[in-house]
Amino acid sequence: MQALTDTWLIFKGQMVKSLRNPAWVIIGLMQPILYFALFGPLLQNVVKMPGFAPGTTWQQFFVPALLVQLGLFGAAFVGFGIVAEWREGVIERMRVTPASRLSLLLGRVLRDVVTLVVQSLVLLVVGVVFGLRAPVAGVALAFAFVVLLAVAMASFSYALGLVLKSEDSLAPFLNSIMLPVLLLSGILLPMTIAPGWLNDLSKINPFRYVVDGMREAFLGHYGTTSVWTGLGVAIAVAVACVAWGTRVFRHENA
Amino acid sequence: MITAKGLRRTFRSRKKTVEAVRGVDLSVADGEIVGFLGPNGAGKTTTLRMLTTLLRPTAGAATVAGHDLLGDPAGVRRRIGYVAQAGGTDSGAKVEEELIQQGRLYRLPAAEAARRAAVLRDQLDLGGLEDRLVKTLSGGQRRRLDIAMGLVHEPPLVFLDEPTTGLDPQSRANMWEHIARVRDELNTTVFLTTHYLEEADALCDRILVIDAGEIVAEGTPDELKRRVSGDIITIEVGGDTEEARRILANGAGRAIGLRDVDAHDQTLRLTVTDGDRALLAIMRELDGANVELASIQLHRPTLDDVFLTVTGRSLRDEQGGA
Repeated sequence: MQALTDTWLIFKGQMVKSLRNPAWVIIGLMQPILYFALFGPLLQNVVKMPGFAPGTTWQQFFVPALLVQLGLFGAAFVGFGIVAEWREGVIERMRVTPASRLSLLLGRVLRDVVTLVVQSLVLLVVGVVFGLRAPVAGVALAFAFVVLLAVAMASFSYALGLVLKSEDSLAPFLNSIMLPVLLLSGILLPMTIAPGWLNDLSKINPFRYVVDGMREAFLGHYGTTSVWTGLGVAIAVAVACVAWGTRVFRHENA
Repeated sequence: MITAKGLRRTFRSRKKTVEAVRGVDLSVADGEIVGFLGPNGAGKTTTLRMLTTLLRPTAGAATVAGHDLLGDPAGVRRRIGYVAQAGGTDSGAKVEEELIQQGRLYRLPAAEAARRAAVLRDQLDLGGLEDRLVKTLSGGQRRRLDIAMGLVHEPPLVFLDEPTTGLDPQSRANMWEHIARVRDELNTTVFLTTHYLEEADALCDRILVIDAGEIVAEGTPDELKRRVSGDIITIEVGGDTEEARRILANGAGRAIGLRDVDAHDQTLRLTVTDGDRALLAIMRELDGANVELASIQLHRPTLDDVFLTVTGRSLRDEQGGA
């Protein structure tokens, strides 16, 4: 119970701060919308190629991908914020309070999740305006994926930020992780059209399964192996990242 | 309020082991203001971080505010306040938001947190600033907010790490008043680190001197000063310096309680047991011998001299180099 109160307190403080500078939320949203509007239409004929699920529209293919991208990249850089908080001594001050260590992490993660869900809703509306048609249940399932991704990436980024304690090392570190993750996830083009070795390589990337699962959900296929695998992988990654993040909050040094 | 035995902390970096704190024993009584004095890098902050549960000691044990440091860190956290050197307030938040959130994290009910925030704003001269963003506060205001954050839950023990570093002299004196008042009104035990001698002297009931990870001296400011042998009297001689030196060093020496005398141009520097008595005797002797005096000055040992005596180094040199 106390952990819930603590989480809420941290969340509230963080949210109030974010709302004071809503510019960042809008900037964060611009990127997927630009991708959607300026890159998406290029896929119009590409989706007719073999390797794409038959009958897929480019919107059905691309919106789930952009949701994953938003979840990954939107949350991946929250660690910069915690480096700033650490430098001001906020983290240390909170670590001396009796507040639950899990809450110190989850309160912040929850703020990021709420931000990303709002951004995803905006992206979805833009998608529908541009002709996206998807079943409501599928979209709801996709949002569950977005939430799990956001929890995982935000926790990862916070933990990494607190370990590295410097924007200068965090930026190259995150970029060097995020680029292969992006390229090997099949966000831009499905891995099913990749040559065998590339397809095999992408299978070590957990986010590939998440992307596949979300695309299935958007097509209205719920009980399939891809959906369950994607969900399972997303949950496992989220749990692992939260566990690491909590550990870092408990043991953070210097 | 605090008892610690053999606290030790080593850091490992690049295969080198650094002993930041090498076995600190200390005890602090209820309602005391204890100053932890030492140069930068002496182990002050490391010791403080161990006592506040932020850093696990490599060895040793301690009881802090009635709870075992290693066995019940959560119990310790509930009963202490901690104000770090860097503060710990979020520059993007408002003063009131920070105070209330802090109170709530210390398990105060919402109404109580709001009440405490109001009380502390009054006590620490933060009235009218509740809706200001922390980043718009002046240095002194922000430091007082830091202190308020450490006191929201009325802890019986509060740790202040360098509470006045970076403040101008006026804000510093003002901060001393606030800290002294917290102790006087609530009997809060205060454990603070400082490398300002004036601060330790003005504020603390008792001082622990730490150097290179070990406590090298301990006592009230007066006791420590007494450890430095004697007062210093500086005389500027109008007439013959050498003659004055001879008079004071010979027959008059015993009456003055002279331990040492040093001549330099027109200046004599005497180390004496009791400055007040010696002052009179010196004037009488030199006057009797018709040696003209230009000025005479009594200098009592400061904690800087204490530091120099116990460590062989001046604290001020350290500050200059840091």
